[in-house]
Amino acid sequence: MKDSKKSGKAAGFFKWIGRDIADIGVTFKEGDWKTRISYLIMGFGPLMRKMYARGIAFLALEAAFIWYMVAFGWDYLAKFTTLGTVETGIDMKTGLRVYGDNSFMILLYGLLTIVLLLLFIFVWRMNIRENRNEEQKLKEGHPLPTLRQDLHSLLDSNFDKTLLALPVAGIFLFTVLPILFMVCVAFTNYDYNHQAPSKLFTWVGLENFKNLFSFGSAGFGSTFFRVLGWTLIWAFFATFLNYFVGMAVAILINKKGVKFKKLWRTILVMTIAVPQFVSLLYVSKMFDKDGLINVYLMKWGWIDSAIPFWQNPMLARIAIIIINLWVGIPYIMLITTGILMNIPEDLYESARIDGANAWQMFRKITLPYMLFVTGPFLLTQYTGNLNNFNIIYLLSGGGPKNLKLTGGAGGTDLLVTWLYKMTINDTNYSMAAVIGIMVFVATAVISLVVYGILPSVKDEEGFQ
Amino acid sequence: MVDYLLPKHFSLDSYKWLFSGESQFFRWYGNTLIIASFVAIGQTIMVLMVSYALSRMRFKGRSLLMRVWLILGMFPGFLTMICLYFLLKNFGLTQEGAIPGLILISVASSGMGYYVCKGFFDTIPKSLDEAARIDGASRARIFLTMTIPLSKPIIIYTALTAFMAPWCDYIFASYVAFGHSKSYNVAVAMYRWLKVNDYQGYFTRFCAGGILVAVPVTILFMCLQKYYVEGVTGGAVKG
Repeated sequence: MKDSKKSGKAAGFFKWIGRDIADIGVTFKEGDWKTRISYLIMGFGPLMRKMYARGIAFLALEAAFIWYMVAFGWDYLAKFTTLGTVETGIDMKTGLRVYGDNSFMILLYGLLTIVLLLLFIFVWRMNIRENRNEEQKLKEGHPLPTLRQDLHSLLDSNFDKTLLALPVAGIFLFTVLPILFMVCVAFTNYDYNHQAPSKLFTWVGLENFKNLFSFGSAGFGSTFFRVLGWTLIWAFFATFLNYFVGMAVAILINKKGVKFKKLWRTILVMTIAVPQFVSLLYVSKMFDKDGLINVYLMKWGWIDSAIPFWQNPMLARIAIIIINLWVGIPYIMLITTGILMNIPEDLYESARIDGANAWQMFRKITLPYMLFVTGPFLLTQYTGNLNNFNIIYLLSGGGPKNLKLTGGAGGTDLLVTWLYKMTINDTNYSMAAVIGIMVFVATAVISLVVYGILPSVKDEEGFQ
Repeated sequence: MVDYLLPKHFSLDSYKWLFSGESQFFRWYGNTLIIASFVAIGQTIMVLMVSYALSRMRFKGRSLLMRVWLILGMFPGFLTMICLYFLLKNFGLTQEGAIPGLILISVASSGMGYYVCKGFFDTIPKSLDEAARIDGASRARIFLTMTIPLSKPIIIYTALTAFMAPWCDYIFASYVAFGHSKSYNVAVAMYRWLKVNDYQGYFTRFCAGGILVAVPVTILFMCLQKYYVEGVTGGAVKG
């Protein structure tokens, strides 16, 4: 069912492309000489029809694109398949350094050139459509829009383009391009031994992914699955433990007869305001071998030697989950308080008349209602926790170190902190990119599967 | 090893040290304040623009755009760190220029965080827009003179969360300002006190610095708490 839908979509896409190409042909056949010249010299038609602003804009874009291609683009594009062949070295005769290809720049600007090329084709198509529209308008005797009207439409009917231009450009340059770049890096051997700019790196196909799933002594397989396992377990506890305890706190504060409700809430919310790197680093020191907690436990005679909170992987994991509880409760409390107050009081009334006790009411009314309303929120919390860098990094730094694990991973490392270590300590960029892609795959799969089975998505009015 | 909870004697030495010329603490503090202010302004403008366009306008490629942004958001942020570093380096925005560089990075991609704000705009009745349009107001005018004044809570929420984030930004800030101590922000500098410098001597200074960072941010947060709660709860319910 789903497959046929997808193939239908793909077929539709190709049909659309076919129709578009046919339309380009028809425009050429039926168009006048101004339109036809516009196929080569963009903006020629509008210029001849006295739409100077649009004509000049198209012409300038074409000129800029040609200049870019001649000046840089073509060079990078030509080397894109090899990522450079000339290594930087020292000329034996003169003893001077001779700069060769920089694989990093070739990959980055090669990608940029490809995207610009696609963009140029799109603008070229726009230019043709523009010509056709103008011709049709003239044929029907309508006046062409003036510059004033054009500018005004950018503030009115085309306001979306004005608003989105800057954000889309920013996201393209600083999010899309870097992600495309790193996805490409996953298919190269960009690592410690192939550092740009002094050394070259090149395409290696699926080599890195094979390495990720190989279980030999040098392979990443066993480490990867260990870290992945802990990441999933961590996200589970961090999400659901926080959720239930946070909700309990909210219910507690909401209870009739509790005094100073506002004060309790404010005290809890204050923990959000303190920057995490202050509070978490401080707590991390508190749990150290000679930190406050150990010193006091020893002083009171409860333990003889310090508890190695950050040296034992199991203890470190438990400590992190508990400390995270303290970090997460205020958020959950804030969110659940409002929803809890929205539960219709008469549901509880009738339950009370039927003789239900508090626990039964919680299980049969509160919990189902809360899960229904906060389902999507729990999902985003879970995926957010998969990538919860700060807690792990500031508390344990991913430690304790484990020599059996590859890539410098430690006992509490999540996939993201492992990725970070590989980037910073090992400069193994290609494997870091592979791990990044794996994080993406995990997030996407979990989101899609869970989103499909969420009750509030399936049945939007289930609780009304 | 410290085996007492209450200090044996009080002193303001750590604070004195922070205020003295010996430490660059106030330079770093100022850096962070500059970054946080610019990020708060820039990010709020970006988010408002994107949210209005997606909430009120219907255009070709709207749902595609939203879907692509959702997918982009699933990539871990640290993945692109080296690439961003080299992009910034090309513009000369690392080391000495780390502060504008950090501002640029935080503001440039912030349009993707439009969810809460768009959710708020969706609740403003469309009939208001239509009435204004009948009176001849353009979209831009409606946005500037009607929607924005109605959105005070969500603007404060967006600005507040944007303002608080740079105080915690250690990872990328230390990467971009690497080796150039004048461009550090407080988080980078104080993290280095604990991890790179001598721990015993610097721990009290870290605590004193932590107080100086936490107190103003906390006071600001307390004053605007109402809006923060509104934003968080509104965002969660709509999912």
